[in-house]
Amino acid sequence: MIRLTVNGEPVRVQQANNVAELLSTLNLHEKRVAVEINSEIIPRSEHPTTRVREGDRVEIVRAIGGG
Amino acid sequence: MSSDRLNVGTYNFQSRLMVGTGKYRDLDETRLAIEASGAEIVTVALRRTNIGQNPNEPSLLDVISPERYCILPNTAFCYTADEAVRTCRLARELLDGHDLVKLEVLGDDKTLYPNVTETLAAAETLIKDGFQVMVYTSDDPLIAKRLEEMGCVAVMPLGAPIGSGLGIRNPHNIALILENAKVPIIVDAGVGTPSDATVAMELGCDGVLMNSAIAHADQPVLMAEAMKLAVEAGRAGYLAGRMPAATYGRASSPRSGLID
Repeated sequence: MIRLTVNGEPVRVQQANNVAELLSTLNLHEKRVAVEINSEIIPRSEHPTTRVREGDRVEIVRAIGGG
Repeated sequence: MSSDRLNVGTYNFQSRLMVGTGKYRDLDETRLAIEASGAEIVTVALRRTNIGQNPNEPSLLDVISPERYCILPNTAFCYTADEAVRTCRLARELLDGHDLVKLEVLGDDKTLYPNVTETLAAAETLIKDGFQVMVYTSDDPLIAKRLEEMGCVAVMPLGAPIGSGLGIRNPHNIALILENAKVPIIVDAGVGTPSDATVAMELGCDGVLMNSAIAHADQPVLMAEAMKLAVEAGRAGYLAGRMPAATYGRASSPRSGLID
């Protein structure tokens, strides 16, 4: 079990070795999103190889309606 | 008119109407209104995903696909250059390297007027970072010129406050901006009616960007079509060149040959 802050909310996940697995756990793996960990953008190509660590601050954003 | 295209940085468009995707009742209405508008550039905002949402819920980019439209991510509700730059970088990642962004740094919650100094700082960073920046700004001709000289690919002065629908409040300033411009000038914000959009285009603006005027109409899809026609009419009118205005009447029919 690791503790993260995802989009400002405390989140506990069983097992997430990397960003791709985290997105899968959060049901976001098929969604068009962009990910930042501790204010660094993690490119999509690096999701499978970027480790998620205890205490990481994760931001996951998407496009919504706007002008 | 089909050869009259709009160049924005390295991009090229037929339509001079740009539309937002906010404030619609649902995604279906968004899609229908945007189709009716004929717009090719479509703005979106970036926000946190809802953790725990239904994974099957459709998302905006499923409906407004980046394959069909040129997606223009905005930096709405960013109040500092840093926030705006961070948002643009996330948008570029989200859209697989797409480099066109709408920079808007707000200064005040009530008027939604731009914070010009933060806008200048953000534009500088973004241009250095390889973005093509379409920049929302005040209708100040000197600032518009400076943003152009910095390398912004389009300068987008407001016609009136965002979402106000008050129309082009200072056409004289828009005309001054146009007089010196070498990049497209697009009125962004303030348009309320089709005639407002036509006024902007008749002044010689290269395009108009709007959201609320369509989304908050009683019938958004019909208004989207009206705005398309209004922008086309204003553009054609500008290219055609208006007649000279006169103080007194000038008859169109000849005086000669009248019957006694």
